[in-house]
Amino acid sequence: MREVMTGNYASAYGAKLARAEVIAAYPITPQTSIVEKLADFVATGELKAQFIPVESEHSAMAACIAAQTAGARTYTATSSHGLALMHEVLTWASGARLPIVMTNVSRAMAPPWSVWVDHMDSIAQRDTGWLQFYCQSNQEVLDTIIMAYKVCESSGVMLPAMVVMDAFILSHTSEPVDIPDQALVDSFLPPYSPDLKIEVGKPMGFGSLVKPDQYMEFRYKAMLGMKASRDRFLRVEQEFKNIFGREHGGLLERYQCDDADVVLVAAGSVAATAKDVVDSMRAKGHRVGLARIRSFRPFPHDEVRALAGKVEGIAVLDRSYTFGAAGAMFTETKASAYSVQKRPVMKNYIAGLGGRDITPRILEKIFEDIQVVSKRGAEDEVEWVDVAGLPRRWR
Amino acid sequence: MTKSYEEIPLTPISDTPSTINLTGYWRVMRPVVDKSKCKKCTICWKFCPDAVIKLVDGEPVIDLQYCKGCGVCSFECPAKCIIMMKEGDL
Repeated sequence: MREVMTGNYASAYGAKLARAEVIAAYPITPQTSIVEKLADFVATGELKAQFIPVESEHSAMAACIAAQTAGARTYTATSSHGLALMHEVLTWASGARLPIVMTNVSRAMAPPWSVWVDHMDSIAQRDTGWLQFYCQSNQEVLDTIIMAYKVCESSGVMLPAMVVMDAFILSHTSEPVDIPDQALVDSFLPPYSPDLKIEVGKPMGFGSLVKPDQYMEFRYKAMLGMKASRDRFLRVEQEFKNIFGREHGGLLERYQCDDADVVLVAAGSVAATAKDVVDSMRAKGHRVGLARIRSFRPFPHDEVRALAGKVEGIAVLDRSYTFGAAGAMFTETKASAYSVQKRPVMKNYIAGLGGRDITPRILEKIFEDIQVVSKRGAEDEVEWVDVAGLPRRWR
Repeated sequence: MTKSYEEIPLTPISDTPSTINLTGYWRVMRPVVDKSKCKKCTICWKFCPDAVIKLVDGEPVIDLQYCKGCGVCSFECPAKCIIMMKEGDL
């Protein structure tokens, strides 16, 4: 059934179709209507779940951790400062190997106070041991939530996942979304049944103290889980495609990359705009392509390496900035590309912070810049795009 | 003895509660109850932060296996019947 809906509603439908059993969330702009819609589903009986209204995001994640430890499938959603407040318990969720799925509506960190899109909130949580999937459309948000449960709950992975969508551009913009049939989703995603869970008759302590002689082995196991999630994700998406007839491009979606001289690497909704720009530039004879980082964790090392071996230049667009270094998508893309024999020239473009519009014209200029830079090398590896006061004109 | 990563569960799990740790050994000061002065008000029982005071016929009996000797019971006792004494002096 196709309906026109916002990314937030698509997110709520994803959690409902996945039959989340416990939902604990605290409202924050621009995530609020996800929680509202889910509360509505529970109130009308459309979704059989425990809805726990909590007093903070830290408590929301703590409630999910407790419920998931007791064997329930849980869901929550947050954004920006809410995600930051969760930070401490995010590491608990991954260390306790609880496959919680959460939507993060990516929003800038303050100050300056802002409610608009910026990936700094989720990028800042990259080392917490969560899988991170960046979405490009409302359909992808719904589909990725369902897929994320299946990836995360497999015994070889058992880690939590964050499904990231851009504030307002997706969260509050309506698009046609196919709501898959519940019976089909049930056949794709079986009920959650972990090997180990807290039971009333058999008290146990989870995540207990270990001494230095045993800590690393637990971390090593979590690393193996994250590593296994790469192949698991690809297999799950293939299975999803067989049942629902659509896919979203694996860990690194490649668009017109096969014969490209230069490619743009980007994540989130801007990738959709970039595909249009690729089409219009190709119509004028430019061999350009787009590689969309769909999975930031696990990072698509192999895919980036293969791409880097074929192109002359890679422009990496970051919708956040890691102070004192560069954009995180750039540093990681560059690190993955380092081991290829003939390395492409790479340059980082910092753009669209705090919801600043990244227009097709700006993307075209980034492509034109990387075409030039790929021939002569990048003088300055990191360029801030469309900042008033800087000499270069982007609009 | 360090176990191989293959022999351990996904996350450390204990099937014994933390009561196996007899924290009474941390104690420097020991509460000593003079039952002749006790008014059975139960204030010590209510205030003990570690819940190691049991009431037997209304009078406090302190479980010294877990009492860390914080002295809250002694401070709160209106009848001044709980005295803190240094462990070595007993």
